[in-house]
Order: sequence, then structure tokens, then C-alpha cells
Amino acid sequence: MLESPGVQIVPLAISAHDVRVSRGGNEVLRGLSFELPRGRLMGLLGPSGCGKTTLMRALVGVQRRVSGELLVLGEAAGSPALRRRVAYVTQAPSVYGDLSVRENLAYFAAIAGAEPARIATVLDSVELTALAGRVVHGLSGGQRTRVSLASALLGDPELLVLDEPTVGLDPLLRRQLWSLFGRLATAGTALLVSSHVMDEARHCDELLLMRDGLLIARETPAGLAQRSGTEDLDEAFLRLIASAGQDPPQASA
Amino acid sequence: MSRTLATSARVLRQLRRDPRTVALLLGVPLVLMGLLRLIYDRHLTEFDAVGAPLLSLFPLFTMFLVTSVAILRERTTGTLERLLTTPLRKLELLGGYGLAFGLAAIIQATLASAVALGALGLHVAGGAALVIVLCVAVALLGMGLGLLASAFAATEFQVVQFFPATILPQLLLCGLLVPRAQMNPALHAISDVMPMSYAVDAMRHLSRDPSATSALWGDLAIVLGFAMLAVGLGAATLRRRTA
Repeated sequence: MLESPGVQIVPLAISAHDVRVSRGGNEVLRGLSFELPRGRLMGLLGPSGCGKTTLMRALVGVQRRVSGELLVLGEAAGSPALRRRVAYVTQAPSVYGDLSVRENLAYFAAIAGAEPARIATVLDSVELTALAGRVVHGLSGGQRTRVSLASALLGDPELLVLDEPTVGLDPLLRRQLWSLFGRLATAGTALLVSSHVMDEARHCDELLLMRDGLLIARETPAGLAQRSGTEDLDEAFLRLIASAGQDPPQASA
Repeated sequence: MSRTLATSARVLRQLRRDPRTVALLLGVPLVLMGLLRLIYDRHLTEFDAVGAPLLSLFPLFTMFLVTSVAILRERTTGTLERLLTTPLRKLELLGGYGLAFGLAAIIQATLASAVALGALGLHVAGGAALVIVLCVAVALLGMGLGLLASAFAATEFQVVQFFPATILPQLLLCGLLVPRAQMNPALHAISDVMPMSYAVDAMRHLSRDPSATSALWGDLAIVLGFAMLAVGLGAATLRRRTA
């Protein structure tokens, strides 16, 4: 919105320095530092309850009590100008169950200021074209997840924050979505995608491994395999936790 | 503005997908007015005295319930959180709801007044057009109160309980049962700060004496003031950042 020729393009989609979040007296994020360049697909992995969703909520500006420095596309996370540049998909599909797929997308397109023509493109990319006229209530969980994802793609965001977008999907669809994420990254979008399925890590350019509100590693999938001495990413994660001990040190970014 | 209109269109589309709710919204006032006419079959002046204020309260009841449940759903299904991460502003969201429900209130009030003033012979000296104006103001009040109630409820069970908790005391004190001037001073003072009292006062003026326009507009302004206050307080509860 405020772009003028003098504004330099910030190469980083996310820059986090000592980010902390407290909730009810507990620190649920205990000092995270990392960077995500544009055009990269980053996986956010870790057991449920480790703070993945809290980190994502902090990035999109809906989390209270965030301290530390958290910059998104060069601006403070949650600043109003970012709302058209960043899109967020919650873990539970947040779409209107009583509307059809197309009606949902038409509404979110209007909100995002996207061209109506984007709707067909986006439907196609999540393989929902055949279901466009169906009311969302009648769809399966996986189909609803894709409606929610499609709604986020409409505005052609520079950063996509996706909370467990592949939960409940069959393997074929999972692969298709990860390949879609890869294409989006190649086209210049930065993506932060959470998952608790380690197996999905291999689709990412980079991985952030979280446990108990801390980052325990930032690695490429290959680097993770090498560091832990196993190709099995589940096993690699377990070994990392074991080697990190009870109170793992802050991973260097 | 386009985002406000898109929101209204979306809300109306959701309403259209729910024909049973629409039928109840439009049909219940007609049935109740008909019932009231039968109850007061031998006391038609009392039908006028009770029926006219009641006509103006239907939009309050229905819009309170519809809004409180609709906004609660936005809060609990995650759509509100999503909307708050988009360029949509809170006032655009509420404006969208206001336009959509305002339109629903116009249709409801038009239908109910047509039947009450026409077929049932209810006398409203000020005429149907002003009845509809009042009904829209009252509907906005119901919307504001419903929006506020949704902030204090975690489930749909809880939010509908706010209806007897917040609306029924107003119904008892608004002057429909006993004129407010005849209540004991404490109750009268309480009724003075309840918005529904002014809606009923406005309808009384409207139904008896069309020349008393300044009192009517005064009451109407108070109803709208309360509506603004409730919407404003409700908007403050649409928090972008939550724990």
C-alpha cells in the first residue's frame, strides 16, 4: 500500500529474533530465532502442543502477548498493510459450511480484492473444480481443508502460512498439494507449512523442528538425515530430541 | 464499501440457504399478531395498546437471536479469525451484517405491518411507513445487543440464554405490562436506562398521536443511540489478537 520507488525490496519473508509468547503465565514460545527467505518452502515440524500454531498465529498478527522481534516481509507482524500480502489457513477449515465452494471463494476473493477469474484457477490447483457447486457442509474433511486452502490462495499472497494443511488427506492428494506448494515457492511465494507427519518433511526446502516452545534444529531434509545418521525422518527427530537433552539449546539460525 | 456489500451478499446467501429460519423470521410475527387479535377479540382498544408496541419488538427479538448466533458461529468456526487476517475491516464486517439484517428487518416489518394494519385492523395513527422506520431502528438495536451477547458466550447454548437474561427483563419493564410512570421509582429508573423502553414509547406515540412527532423522533434517536453504543461495544469485542 505504502510502496514507493524508494522502498527497498526485503528479501526475507520472515525474520524472527528471540520471539516469545506467554499464555496464562506460561511461556509457550520460549525465544525463537529464524529467517525464511522469499521463494522458499519451510516445514514447521514437531509434536502437537509444541507451539507450531502459536508461532503461526504470531506471524499473522492474531496472537496476544508476543515479544521479541518478528518481522514479516520487512514489517512488524500483524501490521495492517500485511493483511493483503500474507494469507493464513487455520488447522480447522475456516470456511462457511452453509455456502457452496464457489460462494465461499467468491466472498473471500471480494475481501482480498482478487479478480473473480482467480477463482477458477485456484479451484483447479486444489482439484475442487468438480465440486464447485456443492455446499461445504456436505463435503468430506479433506475436501473442506482444500476449500480453506483455496480461499487463502486467491489473493496471490507473498507469504502463505498453512497450519497442517494435509491432515486427513489421502496420500495421492497429499503429494499433489506438496507439489502445489513447491510450485508456489518456485514462483516466488514463501511458505511456512506445519505438519506433525515427519514424512512430509522431505518435500520442504528447509525444516524447523520444534519442541516445547523451542527450536531444536533448522536443517534441510538432507542435512537432517546426515546429522542424525538416518534416512527415516521420524527416527531422525527422535534422535535429535534425545541428543538435545531435557532442555535443548536454541538452534542457530 | 465493496467489502461491506460482499459481506452483506454473503450473509444473505447464508440466510437463503436456510429457508426454515427465513420462514420462521417472517411467519412467526404474523401468527403471533393474529393470536393477539383473537385474544383481544372483545377488547379492540387494548389490542391497539398492546399490539402496536409488540409489532415494533419482533425485530428486536429476532435480530438479537439471529445476530448473536451468527457472530458466535464466526467466532467459533474460525472464520472471524480468518477475516481479521484479511484486509476486511471490523466496521466493514459489521456494516455488512447490518445491511443484510436491516434488509431482513425491512421485509419482516413490512409483512407484519401489512397484515397487522390491514387484515387485523390494528390502528396505528402514524401509518405503516413510520412503523417500518421504527422497526429498522429496533432491528439494529437487536443486532447490536446480539453482537455484544456473542462476546460473552462460548457456545450456542450459552448465547441463547442471554435472551431471557437480557431481553425479558426489558420486556417486563418497558411499559407493556404496567405503564412505566406507574412503577415504583427504582424500577422506573431502571426502565429509563433500558433501550426497549424507548422503542415502546416511540411506538406508543406513533400509534396514538401522529402529531407528537418531536417526542417520536426523540425516542427513535435514543433507540438508535443505544444501537450505536451496543454495536460499538460489540465491535470492541471483535479482538484481532487473542490468547
